[in-house]
Amino acid sequence: MIRQSSLNSVSILKKVIYSLVLAIIAGIFSFGVSLSPATAAQADEAVLYGVVTDKDDLPLPGIGISVIGPDGFEDQVLTDAEGAWRIVTKATGVYEISIDENSLPKGQGLTNPERATVKVSVFMLGIDLAIQFPIGVGVVKATRLERAPQLALDGLILGLIIGLAALGLNLIFGTTGLTNFAHGEILTMGGIITYYLSLNFGLSLIIAIPLAILITAAVAGWAQNQYLWKPLRRRGTGLIAMLVVSIGFAIFIRYFFLFIFGGGTKQLPQYAGQAGLDLGLVSITPKSIITTIFAIIFLILATLWLLKTKMGKASRAVADNPALASASGIDVEKVIRSVWILGAALAAYAGIILTTNQGVSFLMGQDTLLLIFAAVTLGGLGTANGALIGSLIIGLMVQLSTLFIPTELKYVGALVVLILILIIRPQGILGKKDRIG
Amino acid sequence: MDFLFIAQQTLGATIGVNTVIFALAAIGLNMHFGYTGLLNFGQAGFLAVGAYSVAVSVETYGVPLFISFLIGILNSVIFALILGIPTLRLRADYLAIVTIAAAEIIRKVTRSATFNDVLGGSDGISGKFGKDFFDFNPFKSGLETSIIRFSANDLWVVIVGWTIVAIITFLMWVMVNSPWGRVLKAIREDEDAVRSLGKNVYLYKMQSLIIGGVIGSIAGFVYALSRQSVQPDNYSTALTFFTYTVLILGGAARVFSPIIGAMIFWFLIVFIEQMLRQAVTAGYIPEWLIGVNQVGQIRFMLMGLGLMLLMIFRPQGIFGDKKELALDARA
Repeated sequence: MIRQSSLNSVSILKKVIYSLVLAIIAGIFSFGVSLSPATAAQADEAVLYGVVTDKDDLPLPGIGISVIGPDGFEDQVLTDAEGAWRIVTKATGVYEISIDENSLPKGQGLTNPERATVKVSVFMLGIDLAIQFPIGVGVVKATRLERAPQLALDGLILGLIIGLAALGLNLIFGTTGLTNFAHGEILTMGGIITYYLSLNFGLSLIIAIPLAILITAAVAGWAQNQYLWKPLRRRGTGLIAMLVVSIGFAIFIRYFFLFIFGGGTKQLPQYAGQAGLDLGLVSITPKSIITTIFAIIFLILATLWLLKTKMGKASRAVADNPALASASGIDVEKVIRSVWILGAALAAYAGIILTTNQGVSFLMGQDTLLLIFAAVTLGGLGTANGALIGSLIIGLMVQLSTLFIPTELKYVGALVVLILILIIRPQGILGKKDRIG
Repeated sequence: MDFLFIAQQTLGATIGVNTVIFALAAIGLNMHFGYTGLLNFGQAGFLAVGAYSVAVSVETYGVPLFISFLIGILNSVIFALILGIPTLRLRADYLAIVTIAAAEIIRKVTRSATFNDVLGGSDGISGKFGKDFFDFNPFKSGLETSIIRFSANDLWVVIVGWTIVAIITFLMWVMVNSPWGRVLKAIREDEDAVRSLGKNVYLYKMQSLIIGGVIGSIAGFVYALSRQSVQPDNYSTALTFFTYTVLILGGAARVFSPIIGAMIFWFLIVFIEQMLRQAVTAGYIPEWLIGVNQVGQIRFMLMGLGLMLLMIFRPQGIFGDKKELALDARA
């Protein structure tokens, strides 16, 4: 008796390990396919099955599922009242399972329209393969007009993120003439520090984010200027030489981040999978609302600083003519220092928004840098409000262009427009003509 | 530690295929940056245009290999015109931003699934598109000595590659010492002065951009043929930046500096990487500090640091002349 049961448990263990291995193999062949003993296939057949549920996880009956397999195998079924379907096959080989998208109710669509047909490899008989068709708010069925508001909102948020980074880049360019190719790495740094603070020190994001901004502003703003760029300015290093130095610095920092942080994209422990609020035309996550509101507040504060405070006015004077500003009693180094600190703080926050929304990887800054450059060029190099307007236009354009071009090419569209703008109006929207020649 | 192996790898890399590719890319960049003062940050784009022209023409459309070279050169001329027309009238940093954007456009388009059928998507194109070239290979077996080894195909690529490098270097020497070349150098130093002498600065810059770009696309031919495959992510901005490192290492505005720069660059890269790898494997460097897989990352960090320090402390490179190269006269 004891012997029997131990044999049983061994065989159960074997079965579990076996199905785990199979699940891994199946996972390699195709996403969205998993193995389960629920519908128990006979040894000489394989069962393809699944349950179709709508975006609220309610079953969808009467949905057409068709299967094409080896040796002319073909079968069609409709899902039952529980949304379940089941097809039995007798041969190994590759099967193509398609869902009839036209039978889906209005407002429901595949979350990934390219996966209306799933390929599965039935590599042995006697197994069950579950096939999922994730369904959400129908993206396929939405017309361009219906998709536009959501994309416009996403574009505005992206524009604000770019704007935060572009403002600092442009201020630094204005006051020191440095085209800083290492600016994107400040975004990455903000994100990575937030990640470490919230994961390793267990800080709540409400504390971790301000702390990360402070640390980044101190290290990437104050210290970077104090120990790298200020000595270079003292030595009289030329602007193009400094540009190349910033490229070397960016590569060094980027791979240093890869070295300590690893290559993957990592999510913050808090609020990672937050559900979106449905606001009728658009859907937005609460974390996105909060981070965006703060982005607007920071941008307004930075603009007020530039327009109203003594230091802000001085920074514009330095940008206009450093020698004259210095002669009229402005401490140019002090202005540059505050511009670096402000620029780094804003860029860090831009990186933090990206991190809360989509996770952080060591390439994040590099990927955003070209968009920042495009925004700055579009608005006019060296002008503060030009950078903001340029950023919003680039952000909207990147997102809205997906109405007409494939999503994977959305950055290409933005970069093409950048080149076109330079042909038509090289000084940018708000730039002065004498800056470009 | 196996020092013979390290020496073998290092020596092979110093005169190997990669050195040829980087030397050619840097010769093109020398024309832009060294002699004309153009900040071209899209040299990787020119290499991609060359490499993809060959691979796509032969593999997708069945064009004979030697005609595909002409297509590649034509495409790189067109690419240079597209880059040059909007930007060459503007300040130097505009060209920098547009060229880096254009190179990224090329990379993103080539790796996109939309053009998978023609350009091969993110996996690129592999195949036998270099067959016509390797059919001419007179070497039946590779080179096998105690200090250096090449496979038969690599040996053929290396010999043809260095021949091309020699020819192009000679042509560069002729060009930059001609009256035409002196105008380029004058543009680099003071554009307005040249303009006041009645020269069409825009036209000279455009010619420089095209010639340097074509040399870059020839580097792309070698890149594609030597591996018999093209992959979009090989042509990222990092390739451009390392070409700059090679050029600045040798010394910009010197005819031989790209060759010397490329040899030193690859010598250092492979030497440091092999030393680190062996030191980690042998336990001289503790595993918690640097893992075996992280050696490549250390290599990139050192490359970045090297480019920085070089530009700060010796911007004229090893053989360059600081007096000749007043890079920032116009900025």
